[in-house]
Parts: sequence; structure tokens; C-alpha cells
Amino acid sequence: MRTHRVPNREVYVWQLPVRFFHWINALAIVVLCITGYIIGVAPPLQSASAPEFNYWFGVIRFIHFVAAFVFIINFLFRLYWAFAGNTFAKWNNYIPLTKRQWRGIFDTIRVDALLATPKPIYDIGHNSLAAFTYFGVFILFILQSATGLAMYSEESNFFLFKLFTPLIYWLNGFSVVRQIHHALMWLFIIFAIVHIYLVVYHDYIERNGITSSMIGGWKFIPEPVIRDYEKVARKKAELERLKQTEKRLKKKRESKESA
Amino acid sequence: MKEEDISIYKRLTAKGVSRRDFLKYCTMMGGMLGLSTSGISQVVDALMTKPRLPVIWYHFQECTCCSESFTRASHPLIEQMLFDMISLDYTDTLMAASGAQAEAAKEASIKKNYGKYLMIVEGSVPFGNPGFCTIAGKDAYAQFKEGADGAKAIIAWGNCASSGCIQHARPNPTDTKPVHEIYNGKPIINVQGCPPIADVMAGVITYMLTFDKVPELDGLLRPKVFYGRRIHDTCYRRPAFDAGLFVESFDDENAKKGYCLYHMGCKGPDTFNSCAVIKWNNNVSYPIQSGHGCIGCAEPNFWDHTPLYSHLPDIHGFGINATADQIGAAVAGVTIAGIAVHAIATNVRKRKLIENRMDDFSLNREDTKIELEDLEKQEEKEISKNRKN
Repeated sequence: MRTHRVPNREVYVWQLPVRFFHWINALAIVVLCITGYIIGVAPPLQSASAPEFNYWFGVIRFIHFVAAFVFIINFLFRLYWAFAGNTFAKWNNYIPLTKRQWRGIFDTIRVDALLATPKPIYDIGHNSLAAFTYFGVFILFILQSATGLAMYSEESNFFLFKLFTPLIYWLNGFSVVRQIHHALMWLFIIFAIVHIYLVVYHDYIERNGITSSMIGGWKFIPEPVIRDYEKVARKKAELERLKQTEKRLKKKRESKESA
Repeated sequence: MKEEDISIYKRLTAKGVSRRDFLKYCTMMGGMLGLSTSGISQVVDALMTKPRLPVIWYHFQECTCCSESFTRASHPLIEQMLFDMISLDYTDTLMAASGAQAEAAKEASIKKNYGKYLMIVEGSVPFGNPGFCTIAGKDAYAQFKEGADGAKAIIAWGNCASSGCIQHARPNPTDTKPVHEIYNGKPIINVQGCPPIADVMAGVITYMLTFDKVPELDGLLRPKVFYGRRIHDTCYRRPAFDAGLFVESFDDENAKKGYCLYHMGCKGPDTFNSCAVIKWNNNVSYPIQSGHGCIGCAEPNFWDHTPLYSHLPDIHGFGINATADQIGAAVAGVTIAGIAVHAIATNVRKRKLIENRMDDFSLNREDTKIELEDLEKQEEKEISKNRKN
């Protein structure tokens, strides 16, 4: 029996709402891609009955719209959770504003994508490259939702949807919106392929329970990585306290001066 | 009373049109414009009091299909009326005069009605060469500007004047431009279509005459009354679409049954026009009713969204023509190939990677060190700021 004695710690990384978001999102995207593709190519799956006794293409479109609303509301919830969630769900994971994030992006490209160095790199939540990719994916979500709602606005009088009608004019025509919506679908498909492969890759190499973490929420992280993380977290907290005191002092001074 | 001040109603009655026919016409026009019953009195009032509207009709790069369509205004009364309602002072294809006399008539009208006449533009304005569309020694833009400067409003007839039509399609060899891209400061109405529906053309002019203002326009400057809904949403074949019953080829059983032409590249789902409502040629039929898909001629750049016989257009710039699906599938294929290479490389190095997994934290250590240093620097800054105060 091959075993390793590993000083690992279990970390609760993905909170329940994050996991719910992930799986609802995944399901919605699968349904949207399949129904959307059918709407785009209109396969000859017709029944012999006359139009008035049949509605399957309408049903496909209905499913597409329902899935789209689930997708959009789910995404809006995730945006809220980017402010309300734990440190691994926070918005600042996804936008590389710090030096460390940029180093992480280049290191991850070197280590995981190009396999250029045998040195491994560890992350507790998303790695910096993945997080940055998700930022791009969120923009993809927004573009896809906007083009979809622009087309849907022609079938609805609801003012929220009508807000998207001008997109048809800005892009110079409905068929342009349709074309963009269709082309962006392929980015979803390509993202899904790469995403699933990389989950398998990380679990295969790092064996940190990344796959099951999206079900249970917990990951196995080596002890030294956690210690480093905690060191940085303490330092950050200190700095934050310092800033708070400074703010309080400033207020006091100001009130004294005005008095 | 001067000749040009005589009201439209007076002109008509002088020609023997009865009041009953006049009111019938007004009611019909009111219906076309989507007015309520009380609104029809406004049409009656306008036509009884207002003199003919002076119109100057310019022709640039066009095929005259707009003029052809216009002269086929479906109700015979409309045709008569239009020539009585407006004073068409210049249109080089229809007018009797030619050469210097025609030019003189145009100039006289511009001078006399400066700021009051309606400018109608048929065709797009070429900029590639001053020789294109030169009339009487003036190049296309000079003619256009001369007319536009004195106009009350500009109506862009058809796809050419509204968005450039076929001559504007890639690569646009004559560098031609539609009206709204070359002129600012006057209200511009795009009466889209190749050609526009005759009754729509008549309707827009009647609206301008009745209310003396520009009708409500959409974001592409098309009057909402006529271009507010997609052909798809008003099409009588829509039930076949919802039932997923599509024509698969123009000679199949489904074509005979009159099923949806979506699969044949019908652009009805992308096109805003009232073809399915008002119809063509004395309101007899429209392309889809005749068994051919819509080609989207009321939409900007429809010639660039080819082929006309597939639902999604090709994407240009890839050398060969390719659809979004072909490109997407190719990129997905390349991605999968890349993944396969990566997976093989990973397995070749797997042993090494697993060994490192256990004890090499150097990359993380470095990152942590840098981050801590960075934080310390910030801390020092904060402290020095405190001291200063």
C-alpha cells in the first residue's frame, strides 16, 4: 500500500451559496447551450402533425428563456455574494489589483499551463489565473445576458427588458445581436471543456480534493501554506487597525479645530 | 390667391373628387398611421387647410426601385393624391423637363421654399471619386448639401439612403455613405427597405403633411409606426415556426404546405418592417407568402449578412467564408488537442510533480515574503503619516 504522511489541514473554502451558484449555473449553461443551438440550427425533427397540433419549437424556446432567467438571477446573486461571502468568494479575488495576484497569474501559467518548472504552486481558494479567467467569464456572462435580453425585449413589454432594446440599434441591427449571441455560446463551450479538464488535472496532481470541494466545500491544504496565509492575514488585520486608529484621530483633531 | 397657397382639398374638388371620396381617403390614411377615430379629423383639417408640400427628390447611387415602388402606391386614389398633396418640384426620373430646365426648376424651388420644403433622398452619396453621380457639374455631396441646407426635413428613401444598401457592402468600392452619416442638424427619417413599401412611403409623407413634424422614430431613425415590429412576429407562418415545421428545401413537401422558411435563411426574425401587415402590390402578397424567405432588406448592411439562404451569416476575415459554428467547433477542436498534449506531458512528468507536491513550497514562500514586505511598507507609511500629524 502506497501512503504519504501529509501535514494537511481541512479548510472550509466554498460556502453553501457558492456551491449552489456553481451547480445551478452549470445546469443552466448546459440547458442554454443545447436549447440555444437547437434554436440556431432548427434541426428537422418535425412531427407529421399540422402546425396547430404541435409546439415543440416553441417549447424549446420557452425552456431557453426560463433557463436564461435562472442563469441571470443566479448570476446577480453571485455578484451580491462577491460582497457578502467569505474571503475566497470576495470580489477582489477576481480582479488582479495586487502584486501577489499578478505574480500568481504568471507563476500559474509557468507551473500549470506550460509545465515549465517542476516546482508546484499552492492556493487555498481560486488560483490567481483561474480567478482572473472567471473575471473574463463574468464579463462573458454579462455580454451574453445583454444580447439575449436585447433580443427578448422584442417579445416583451416589460420595462426592464426594454432597457436592452437600444443594444439592437447600437450594434446596427438585430442579426448582429443574434450573431454575437451565437458566437459567444462557443466561448461557454470552450470554457467548460478547459474548466473540467483543469479540475481533473489539479485533483490528479495536487490531490487536494478540489473536485469534491464543490460538493462539500472543504479542501485539504498543506500546513505550511496555511501558516503563510495566516501570517499575511494577521499583517493585513494589523494594517487595517492602524488605518482605523488614524481615521479616528483625524476626526478628533478636526472636531477640536472646529471647536 | 397665389397658385401655391391653394389647399389640397380645393385642388381635389376642382378635379372632381367628391367630398365623400376625400373623407374616405383621410380615414384610410388615419388608419395607416394608427390614429384613433378622433385623430382622423386632424388629417381632414390638414388636407383642407394646408397647401401642397414642396418636395425636392434627389437621386444618387440607386436603382430607382424606390421610385418604382412609390408610383405603385396600392390604392389608385393615393397615387393621384400624392401628386396633388405634394408639389414634386424636382425628381430627375419622373419630371418632364430635363437638362438646364430641370436644374432651373430645382434651384427656383429651393430659393422660393427655403426652409419649408421636404428633401427626399433616394440613393447613397459616393465619396470615392468626385465624378460619381455628378449632375450639372456638381458632385454628389455638393448637390446633397445644397438641398439639405434649405430643407425642413430629410426623408431617406430606401436602404441606399438609409444605410447604403449593396454599393455600401464590403468592400464599399465607391466609399459611399448613407444620409445620416454625412449630415447633421436636420431631422432625418429612414424609410427602410429595398424598396420601401409604397403605402409606407405614402404614409410617412401624409404624416409629415398632417402633423407638420417627424413621426416617432426608433434607434435606427425608422418610423415606429411601420418599423416597430419584426416580420417574424407578424408572419402568418409563425405557427409553423413554433411547431418546428420548417421548409428544408425549396422543392420539398413542407414548402408546398407553406411551412416556416426559417431553415432556408428567412431573415424575418431579424427584420423590422410591415411587409406581413400591409403587404405589397395592392396588398396582395409579400415575399414569405410567395414562398421565399425574407432577405432582411429593411435592416442596415443586409448585404453583408450573407449568404441569404442560411439563418446565421458567415463571419468575414477568415479567408474562406466560415460560420460562427464552424469557427467555434474548430477552436473547440484545437482546445481539446491542446488539452490532450497537456495531459500527456503531465503524465510524463507525473512522478516528479508528485514528489514536489510534498515538500517544495519555495514559490509560495517567495510570494508570501513579497506580500509581507509590501504590507510592511504600507504600515510604515501609515505610521509616518501618524507621526507627522
